[in-house]
Amino acid sequence: MTLKTLMMGSAAFAVAATGAFAQDSQTTESPVAGEPMTDELVISSWGGAYQESQRKAYTDPYQEMNPEVTITWDESSAEAVAKLRAMNEAGNLSWDLVDVTAADAMRLCDEGLAMEVDINEIAAPAPDGTSAEDDFTEDMLVSDCFIPQIAYSYTFGYRTDVSEWNGETPSQICDVFDLERFPGQRSLEKRPLNNLEWALMCDGVPQEDVYDVLETDEGQDQAFAKLDTIKDQTVWWSAGADTPQLLADGEVVMGSTYNGRLFSLIAEQDQPVAMMWDAQAYDLDGWIIPTGLEEEALNRVKDFLWFATDTQRLADQAKYISYGPARQSSAPLVGQHAELGIDMAPHMPTNPENASNAFVINYEWWADYRDDLDAKFQSWLAQ
Amino acid sequence: MTDSVPPARATGPDQFTGATPDNAIRDADRAKAGRVLAADGTPLKRSLNRALRAQKLRALMLIAPLLIFILITFIAPIADMLFRSVENDIVSQTLPRTVVELDRWDGEGTPDEETYRALAADLMVATELKNHTRLGSRLNYETTGISSLFRKTGRDIDEAGEIYMDQFVALDAAWEEPATWVSLMADPDWIAAQADWSARAKEAEAAQDAAATAEEARALEFTEPEPRFRLSGTARDALPRTSRIYQQFASVIRSEDGDSPTQEQPWAIVYQALYEDLSGGFTGESYDGAQARLLSRAADAVAAFDTLPVKEFFIENVDEDWGDPEVWGTIKAFSSPYTAGYFLSAIDYQLTPQGIEPQPDDQKIYALLFKRTMFMSLTIMFSCVLLGYPIAFLLSNLPLRTSNLLLILVLLPFWTSLLVRTSAWKVLLQQEGVINAILVWAGAISDVGRLQLINNQTGTIIAMTHILLPFMILPLYSVMKTIPPQYVRAAKSLGATNWTAFWRVYFPQSVPGIGAGCILVFILSIGYYITPEIVGGTTGTFISNRIAYHISQSLNWGLAAALGTILLALVLVLYYLYDRIVGIDNVSLG
Repeated sequence: MTLKTLMMGSAAFAVAATGAFAQDSQTTESPVAGEPMTDELVISSWGGAYQESQRKAYTDPYQEMNPEVTITWDESSAEAVAKLRAMNEAGNLSWDLVDVTAADAMRLCDEGLAMEVDINEIAAPAPDGTSAEDDFTEDMLVSDCFIPQIAYSYTFGYRTDVSEWNGETPSQICDVFDLERFPGQRSLEKRPLNNLEWALMCDGVPQEDVYDVLETDEGQDQAFAKLDTIKDQTVWWSAGADTPQLLADGEVVMGSTYNGRLFSLIAEQDQPVAMMWDAQAYDLDGWIIPTGLEEEALNRVKDFLWFATDTQRLADQAKYISYGPARQSSAPLVGQHAELGIDMAPHMPTNPENASNAFVINYEWWADYRDDLDAKFQSWLAQ
Repeated sequence: MTDSVPPARATGPDQFTGATPDNAIRDADRAKAGRVLAADGTPLKRSLNRALRAQKLRALMLIAPLLIFILITFIAPIADMLFRSVENDIVSQTLPRTVVELDRWDGEGTPDEETYRALAADLMVATELKNHTRLGSRLNYETTGISSLFRKTGRDIDEAGEIYMDQFVALDAAWEEPATWVSLMADPDWIAAQADWSARAKEAEAAQDAAATAEEARALEFTEPEPRFRLSGTARDALPRTSRIYQQFASVIRSEDGDSPTQEQPWAIVYQALYEDLSGGFTGESYDGAQARLLSRAADAVAAFDTLPVKEFFIENVDEDWGDPEVWGTIKAFSSPYTAGYFLSAIDYQLTPQGIEPQPDDQKIYALLFKRTMFMSLTIMFSCVLLGYPIAFLLSNLPLRTSNLLLILVLLPFWTSLLVRTSAWKVLLQQEGVINAILVWAGAISDVGRLQLINNQTGTIIAMTHILLPFMILPLYSVMKTIPPQYVRAAKSLGATNWTAFWRVYFPQSVPGIGAGCILVFILSIGYYITPEIVGGTTGTFISNRIAYHISQSLNWGLAAALGTILLALVLVLYYLYDRIVGIDNVSLG
C-alpha cells in the first residue's frame, strides 16, 4: 500500500484550503430512489465529537431533505464486531448501518457479518464524473465490505512546558524512545499495533521493511527489546480520551492517540500541548452494511449512503473534526473549522507537511499476526 | 461432605427434631413392626407420599415462573457460552471432503492429490457461501498466516479447474451451455417441474407488465421459489464426483444469488470433477441418459487433455503455504467437531500436529494471570476484612440514630456510578494527583520521588477494596447487630479483660458475618473487570480483562469461554474448600 494517493489528494487540498470556497455541489439521486424504503435508520457510531461531526455533516442535511426519516444513534462502534456477531447469532439485527475502523471492517467481512458491496453502486461518482472507485482509490478500499469516510492517524502530542527538556521539543518519532533528552512518562496504546512498528523504525529498520522484519521471531524480539527501554516509563492507554487527559494533567509528557483528540486538546481546549506528526500511522474509518437487512431497510441505507458519502458531504465533515476526507475530490472543498474559524489544512493528517514520514497500517498483515503478536505483547506487558 | 460436619452444627432433615412430613415418612420406614395403615386402610407411607407430592407440586408451581426465567435468561446462555469452549465443528463443516481425505495423511510432507482435489471442491463451495474467511480466522488462532491464506485462496479458487473447462468447451461448445448440464445431471421430474415453474413465472411477469399501477404490479409479483434441484440417479451412479459438486453448485446459486442452474454455467471446479470422473473408471455403458453421446466423446478425449494437478495449482498458482505441512497439520489437528484446543490455550499449552506442547515462553500469560487474579482477590478480601470489621463493629454498637447516619455514609458510594468512583481514584492516586501532592507538600516525599500508586497492582487493590467494602460491612453489620451485648458484659463480670471478652466471646459470634462478607467480596472481585481495566495498568489486571478482550476484540469466543469455564470451576473448588474448612453453615447474612 502506498501513500501516493493520500498525498496527491492532500496536495490539491492544501492549495485550495486557503481559498476556502464553499459551494454546495449538486447531489444526484440515488439508484434506489423511488423504491420502497423504511423511515427508520439505526446507525452505530463512536459517540463524542466524531459522531457529532457526522450528525452535522451527514444526517441533519439528509433529514432536511427527507423529513419523514428518523435516525437513531447507537454509540457502540467500539464493540461493533462482537455485537454484530452476537446479533447475528441471536438472529436479531438492530443496526442498519455501522461505522467501523478498516481493520474491523475486514474482520466483519471475513466473518460474513458485513455485506460485500460494489462501491460504484453505493457511492456517487465525483462531481467531475470520476467513478467512486477511482475517487476513493484502492488505498482506501481495503475490504470488499468497506465504504470509506475518513483517514485519521495515530500521532504523538507532547507538553510544551517541560522544564527538564531545556527548551528542546521532540520532533521525530525516535525522541519518544530517548529518555535522556526527553525524560518523563509516555503513554502508548495497550496493543501491539503501531507500537511495534515505531519501535523498529527507531531501531534502524527502514520504514518499508518494517512488516517484513516483524514477520520473523528475531524482528519481533528486536521490537520488544526497543520497547523495553521505555517500558517502565510508559503508561498504557486503552481509551482514546486517556492520552489527552494524561497530557492535560501532566501525568505524561508525551503520548500517542488519535490526531482528532489532540486537535481538540490543542485548538479547542487550549492546553500547553503540541503535535508531533513524524511517523504518524494512518488508519481509516468508514461504513459497513450488516448482512441480513430487509429489502426496504437496505434501500434506505443505500439511499442515505449515496448522499452521505458524496464529495461535498465528506468535505463538510472536516469542518467539524480534523480528520481527512476519504475522497480525493473532497480535499479541495475543505475549508475552515465551523466554530473556531481556523484553517483546517495544517491540522489534517493528510497535509503534506504532516505526512512526510507517515505510514499506513498494514491491515492485511495484522489480520494474520494479530493473534500471535497480541499474546506476545500481553505476556511482555505482564512480566 | 456431610460426614465431616460435626453433628451438633448439622441441620439435615434427620437431625431436625420438629414434626415434619418427611420425618413421618422416615418413621414409617423405620417401623419394622408391620405396616402402619392410614384411616382409609392404605399404607400410611403411600398416603403420606401422595399428600406430599401434591404439596411439592404446588410449591413447584409457585416458583415455576422464577425457575423458568432463570433457566432461560441465566442458565441457558451460560451453558451455551461454556459449550463454545469445546465446540469446533466449523472445520469439518466447511471442509467436509478435505477432513475425510486428511485421515489418510501421516503428517509427513504434503497430502496427496486426492486431498487437494477435495480441498478445491470444499473451498469453492465455502467461498461462494463466504464461509472460507471465517474458517481462516478460526485457524489463525492456532497458526499465524492462515487467515490471509484463506482470504487469498478465496480470491483465486474460481480458477481451479479452469484448464479443464477450457478444454471441454474447445471440444464441444455445448459444454458451455447451462442446458447441456441440466439435461446431463438433472432428474427428469425436476426438469419438468422447473419448466412448469418458469412458465408460470413468465406469465406473472407479463401480468405485472400489464398492470396499471405500481402497487398492482407489486401485488402480482411472483414469489414462489424455484423447485429444489434434484440429481438423476443415472448421473449420480455414473459421475459421482461431478454429481456431488453440481448438486452443491445448484443449491448454492439458488440460495445465494437466486439463480437457476438452467441459466448459469457451472463453476470451473465442476469441469475438474467431470475430468476426474471421466479419466477414472468411466465407461460408456455406465451412462445412458440424455447426453450419452456428448459424454462418451468427452470420455474418449480426456486422455489427451492437458493436465494441471490440483496440488500444483494450489502451491504454484495460489500460495506456496499450501505446501507447508504446518498448515495441513493444523487443519488435521482441528478437524474433529470437538476440541480441547481452547482449554489447552487457556493454560498456556497448545494443540499442534505433533500433539500437546507448551506455548513458547514469550506467549505464556494465562497461568500468570490466574495466579495474579487469585492473589489480588485474596488481598482485596483481607483488606476488606481489616477495614470493614472495625466499621461494622462501630456501627452496631452506636445508638440507632448515629449508626443510621453512618450507615448511609457507607452506602453512599454504593449508590454512585462505578465509573465515577473509579475515575475519582484516578484523580486521587496519579502522580500529579491529590495524594501525591499532599505528601510532597507535607515533605514526606520529594517532588521527583512521587509514589506510583496507580496503573499497577497497588492501584487495583486500593480502588477495589474501596468499591467492595460495603459488601463486607453490610453482612458483618447485620450479624453483629444480632450478638446480644449481655454476653460480653457477662464475660467481663466474670473477670475477662476487654481483649479476652472480645476475642473469646464476641469475635466467634461474628465469624458467620466475616464468612459471608469474604465469600461475597472474593467472588465479586475474582470476576471484576472495569476497575482493573481503568486503574490496573499492566500488572494490575485480572483474567477477566483477558476474557473481555477475547469476547470483544479478538473474537476468540472459544478461548474466552474456556477461560470463563476455568474461572467458574476455580470458584466452585474454592467454595467447596471453604465449606470443608469453615463450613458453609457458618455463613450468615444476618
